[in-house]
Amino acid sequence: MIELENVGYNYGGGELLSAVSVQLAPGSFHFLTGPSGAGKTTLLKLCYGALNPTAGRVRAFNMDVQGLDRDQMAFLRRRVGVVHQDCRFLDHLPVIENIALPLLVSGRELNHEEANLQELLSWVGLSERAHALPPELSGGERQRAALARSVILSPDVIIADEPTGNVDWEMSQRLLQLLVELNRMGKTILVATHDLSLIRAAKNQVQARVLRISNRQLQLAGADL
Amino acid sequence: MNEGRLRKLILGDAQADRVVPPSGFTAQLTLFVSGAMAFLAVFALALSMASGRLADQWAEELARAATLRINAPAEQRAAQTDAALEILRQTPGVATARAFTGEEQAALLAPWFGAGVPVGELPLPQLIEVTGDDSGYDAQGLRLRLQAEVPGAVLDDHTRWRAPLVDAARALRRLAWVSILLIGGATAAMITLAANAALAANAQVIEVLRLVGALDSYIAQAFIRRFTLRALTGAAAGVVLGMIGVWLMPEATDEGGFLTGLGFQGWGWLVPLLIPPLGALVAFAATTRAAIKRLGELS
Repeated sequence: MIELENVGYNYGGGELLSAVSVQLAPGSFHFLTGPSGAGKTTLLKLCYGALNPTAGRVRAFNMDVQGLDRDQMAFLRRRVGVVHQDCRFLDHLPVIENIALPLLVSGRELNHEEANLQELLSWVGLSERAHALPPELSGGERQRAALARSVILSPDVIIADEPTGNVDWEMSQRLLQLLVELNRMGKTILVATHDLSLIRAAKNQVQARVLRISNRQLQLAGADL
Repeated sequence: MNEGRLRKLILGDAQADRVVPPSGFTAQLTLFVSGAMAFLAVFALALSMASGRLADQWAEELARAATLRINAPAEQRAAQTDAALEILRQTPGVATARAFTGEEQAALLAPWFGAGVPVGELPLPQLIEVTGDDSGYDAQGLRLRLQAEVPGAVLDDHTRWRAPLVDAARALRRLAWVSILLIGGATAAMITLAANAALAANAQVIEVLRLVGALDSYIAQAFIRRFTLRALTGAAAGVVLGMIGVWLMPEATDEGGFLTGLGFQGWGWLVPLLIPPLGALVAFAATTRAAIKRLGELS
């Protein structure tokens, strides 16, 4: 699905990542962990093309990501659902329209998707809050809305950056549950988190691999978390 | 642009339009400025059409009308007048030649002397109105012949005082056209600035739209449509007000001279209706350019 080959990234002030190679196979579940500022978000951005690597190659769906023009990049984004660290909503539109936004911008007929949309809303437990504006939502509700938005186009890959960053334990369990369900439906999942207990909880439910960034390198962490 | 896209742009997609947050105050400024520009354009257009009409009319009269004045002692005047009329009849290119009657001459002088003055008793020269046909006549040849046969005749073909007026009217028309072009350019500049401001203010929105897979053309369209419709609406209001203003100008009269002739005549009233679509076209082009440039700069 997504393949990084000897990827390096340099912010200008020094190297953040170097010689990173990883393959996200279809249907796999990966956690990405590491200390704050180690480059977790950067690595995720490299995966969905928001950043271009300064060395090496990134391939997504057998296409070289660097070679894509802006329109092709937009089509790539429709195949990769992204849950941003700070969610990123259009604050003037209600939750339901924010969740439906990918449908809208890709020109789908919203009337045909109404049933799917309602199902998705109840799946993330936001049916009651459908017409609230994003700033009125709690942290957990925002994260669930962002997750719903990232999966509405039924992407093959879901990339989530600290989806449980500012929610309580119970809510993070619930979000994890949603991610595990998506994985069971065959989606490839990549989740960046510094929450080790979340990773432990996940390991009971799904075969997850843990990638750790340390000293600019990516390592496959052992089973002894 | 194909027909489908054009239809989509005009009819719009109410949903798609909402992805960019409404912008109350700047929207009204855009409306106001395009309205004001359209208002000015109506007047510039009225000026250009009126001065164009004047220039054409004067130039035509210049080529065709002339006055023959016969200064002769009273006892010879009638004979010289007949002789001059005979010469004019024989001159190729002269359509009509008609001697003014005493009453007509008195009426022409009334504004200066007042109605009560017995102008008939004054030693006035006899005036003959000469009208050329389409081919025109040879003024120089006519002068020479008159000089030989009617010594008191002076041919005035109006050139001396009409030519500068025709030039002035033509210059006025040129100025009006330059004004219209400047108004169009200023509108384009203003819309570009407003569109750039809107694109910058909505950088976050654009980022979110890119994140969820929106094409640049989709994002650009939301802005283009908005500014095109604003320019169209503003210009329509400005044109209506401008046309009312022109319509309220006094009717063209002889006393008022050319100033009261400012305005539209007949089909001319339809010409200002082109201003709103042209304004919308200018806004469309300006926003498209600004949006493509701006979106290209974003990551």
